[in-house]
Amino acid sequence: MTMLCAVRQLSVTYRGQATPALAGIDLDIHAGERLAIIGESGSGKSTFARALAGLLRGGASVAGNLHWAAGDPPRAGRDIGFVFQDPSASLTPVLTIGEQVAEGARRHLGLSRKAGQAWALAMLERVRVPEPAKVLRGFPHQLSGGQRQRVAIAAALAARPGLLIADEPTSALDMVAPAEIVALLGDLVRNAGMTLVFVTPDIALASGFADRVAIFRDGRLVETGATGAVLAAPAAAYTAALIASHRDLATPPLIREAGR
Amino acid sequence: MTLLDARNLGKRYASGGRDVGALDGVSLTLCAGETLGLAGASGSGKSTLARVLTRLVPADGGTVRFDGEDWLGLSGSELRRRRAKMQMVFPDVLGAFNPRATVAPVIEDPLRIHGILPKAGRGREVAALLDRVGLPASYAARSIRDVSGGQRQRIAIARAIASRPALVVLDEAVSALDVSLREKILELLVALQAERGIAYLFVSHDLAVLAAVSHRIAIMDAGRIVETGPAAGVIGNPQSAAARALVRAVPRLVIEQEDRNAV
Repeated sequence: MTMLCAVRQLSVTYRGQATPALAGIDLDIHAGERLAIIGESGSGKSTFARALAGLLRGGASVAGNLHWAAGDPPRAGRDIGFVFQDPSASLTPVLTIGEQVAEGARRHLGLSRKAGQAWALAMLERVRVPEPAKVLRGFPHQLSGGQRQRVAIAAALAARPGLLIADEPTSALDMVAPAEIVALLGDLVRNAGMTLVFVTPDIALASGFADRVAIFRDGRLVETGATGAVLAAPAAAYTAALIASHRDLATPPLIREAGR
Repeated sequence: MTLLDARNLGKRYASGGRDVGALDGVSLTLCAGETLGLAGASGSGKSTLARVLTRLVPADGGTVRFDGEDWLGLSGSELRRRRAKMQMVFPDVLGAFNPRATVAPVIEDPLRIHGILPKAGRGREVAALLDRVGLPASYAARSIRDVSGGQRQRIAIARAIASRPALVVLDEAVSALDVSLREKILELLVALQAERGIAYLFVSHDLAVLAAVSHRIAIMDAGRIVETGPAAGVIGNPQSAAARALVRAVPRLVIEQEDRNAV
């Protein structure tokens, strides 16, 4: 495995907070892997994603190191694509979808306006937006939440970053869309040889496609390992509890139902 | 015994100059002590249905009989009095309360407003309700802001059951909670139903949650109920495209040992 980034003793404390949001995280990110960062609210999982992308706001004090294999720290938008939880908040309502998807490619790849539009169209096709030529000229409010998130993914991928970080990209979406978004992300990174860091509270969602999982709780890394190994034999009691509290359609109901 | 019988409910919204159909001839029944799970994608009309039934928004058409009365025909003080029998729990635990309030008045209000208990008995009842939802009596004096999300949802449930309702409408009541808390709240709701015979209309986009607590499940799509039946039947053998999509969308825990990269 080639190392992409070695995270060492990373701690983050937000201004005005007594307890750190992240405390002493050691985690290796391998090139080309799909890594799921799993945690409940307050676990620090989103802080980790933002710290990795260099997106922490000014008020946060950061200690520790990110050792990038490439040497220079990657540039957000160019070397790292970031997909946020709420696609409505990450897209501007006043620019066409084509302009927004093309923006990263024009800035970082130096494409002309015309070439940028052609590139944006190709990106929309890659994220499987229906009627991409029409969507290209449209605005975000004309799309459903799931389609908006596809557009946000297209924009994040437009500058051909080597690393895609997705911070709960399906939490604001309708129940029907998450499985499709997750499948899309998995395919895109595999086909492009990219690395994916996928942040989610849902261990089951991660179990379907992540190569490795890292379990966070209260700002600390509880456990990390290959997805199958961690799920089959969790080392930490907390991980076992997370797995046990997962509920799907095969889980016995809490009520006794007539005829069930 | 039929507690709620809604027939042919309709509701249209004007949105951005367009006329949007939110409910299109929805009929459903609910028996005393029963849980009907109501599932659907966003925009299917399930939250509108919950709001029409709780009289938070008016219906454009249709009838509702609730507890033997013409529920949509009630108004003014009569409606306020009868609201004790139908309560609602909202998804956003922080937004549901006045953030400056302490816990005690949040639970005491329905006791006072609906004349459930004279003033002298209310403090003890607040303590008993807190105890029933798994919180210490000392929480009565806490600020709503100072309790965690899971605890706030317990307080919302205590408030909802304070007026001794026959029906509680749960609108995405556990969707904002972490999974470990979610399970405990579901267990609490099931226990309260067994004790008090409360019926639930449980609205959720998450079929796995509904499968845990529902006797029957109804599936909504584009303002209509497209499928309804015993929970096990709807989940095990969904008939409508909307139900099949919801079943497919539930993430399953995949436990396998092989190296995915080797395949």
